[in-house]
Amino acid sequence: MSIAAKANALWEYANPRKFLATSERVLPFFWITSAICLVVGLVWGFFFTPDDYKQGSTVKIIYLHVPAALMAINCWLMMLATSLVWLVRRHHVSALAARAAAPIGIVMTLIALATGAIWGQPMWGTWWAWDPRLTSFLILFLFYLGYVALWEAIEDPDTAADLTSVLCMVGSVFALLSRYAVNFWNQGLHQGASVMRAAAVTGADTEEKVSNIYFYPLLLCIIGFVLLFIALVFYRTGTEIRARRIKALLARERVSG
Amino acid sequence: MIPDLGKYSDTVLSAYAASILLLVALVVFSVIRGRKVRAEMEKVEQRMSRHG
Amino acid sequence: MIALLLRDLKLAFRAGGGFGLGLAFFLIVTVLVPFSVGPQSSLLSTIAPGILWLGALLACLLSLDRLLALDWEDGSLDLLATAPLPLEAVVTIKALAHWLTTGLPLVLAAPFLGVLLNLPVPGFSWLVISLLIGTPAMSVIGTFGAALTVGLKRGGLLLSLLVLPLYVPTLIFGAEVARRGATEMETQTPLLMLAGITAATVALLPFASAAVLRINLR
Repeated sequence: MSIAAKANALWEYANPRKFLATSERVLPFFWITSAICLVVGLVWGFFFTPDDYKQGSTVKIIYLHVPAALMAINCWLMMLATSLVWLVRRHHVSALAARAAAPIGIVMTLIALATGAIWGQPMWGTWWAWDPRLTSFLILFLFYLGYVALWEAIEDPDTAADLTSVLCMVGSVFALLSRYAVNFWNQGLHQGASVMRAAAVTGADTEEKVSNIYFYPLLLCIIGFVLLFIALVFYRTGTEIRARRIKALLARERVSG
Repeated sequence: MIPDLGKYSDTVLSAYAASILLLVALVVFSVIRGRKVRAEMEKVEQRMSRHG
Repeated sequence: MIALLLRDLKLAFRAGGGFGLGLAFFLIVTVLVPFSVGPQSSLLSTIAPGILWLGALLACLLSLDRLLALDWEDGSLDLLATAPLPLEAVVTIKALAHWLTTGLPLVLAAPFLGVLLNLPVPGFSWLVISLLIGTPAMSVIGTFGAALTVGLKRGGLLLSLLVLPLYVPTLIFGAEVARRGATEMETQTPLLMLAGITAATVALLPFASAAVLRINLR
């Protein structure tokens, strides 16, 4: 075996090992801090913040909706970054981290969509409106589904990692394009959308409107979601590494007979 | 115990219930699969080391 | 290159090729819409541009899984990969062949189906222009999706799921041009955006498709 191949084998073997050891050490910290932040943030938000004069108690949904929506987007960005690392450095942990993150992104998108729909029912008088933000999230959801389905469909793990990485990159460009297209399309459809957007409690519009009473528990919830996301990614990546190792061991067993 | 949520109590409670259910389901499924895979790996590794 | 294009066209026209399938689907969708939404001509003429665009898009989607599958099965893709022609050129030719056999017939059929849906008179030219500009993007994006799923046994459903969100910008701007054209509104902005998307996808996406195909042929 040449030195380069040996180094390569080491790179493949040693790094997942190191990753598992490191994640084992830091995981309890992330689980516990995320639980503390989420419990304190949600209890604070749910029990100890006043109702909004216009939205009544539905303002409390913000503590779930905004962090989930933020994580839904950040999760995709993380997958994009790890996909790039995989394509450039052929670092196996990176590809598996992207795979491990995708279902978390799906759940975050679902939470954002579900809480949005539940909030929209009394506020806008409808579960669903083809508002640019809502539509973008629906498209993001489709991207996540396609990404996970592609991972599941391909047998060979390296091929799957390569193909999903390319899909993630191309998908990112198209997701961005869809965001602009959807913005344009809705304005083109009905001009009255500005009324709805002023009332919308989603994303950037809110950050300015939310006063301090709501801001601190919200911040705590966001931190809690971020920490929970990190913990889940670490944990699930470890699972993927082990599943991959089982596959490799079984293959070796078959070869040696 | 539960603060007065006014006429929107169903809305708020169902939003919290749905979200927390989804989060808990995600964590539980992750942990179940993680445990299973970990146990299986240990089994396979032991078998490998016994067979040399 | 031209030989490859001619070969693909010939294959498509033969039985078992994709030609006619997309067109038939387009016809079926447009004929069935009035039955499902009712025969009021005012309603039909409002939704006609959108229905025609959607029908064309779905017809395109339907014919995608044959785009590379035949060549994959009989091993000619492996030959093409080792041929002196770069794989980027091969996928571009494939997309062009798909457009000539699926996209172009759809564009030509669209005005006739527009008559069935009471498309307003000023809408016809805009519908044809928007489809003419938009369908090449659909073929190129579809080739990327077909390249992603080429090795899979039952890739058809996955292919649709992967390609669907990628089609959204094209559909939005394309249908917007047709709709604005039909109601005699200003069409320049969506038309420019549509042309931009088509130009960018035609220029850049073949590289991604070729890269994906190389991974699959490994």
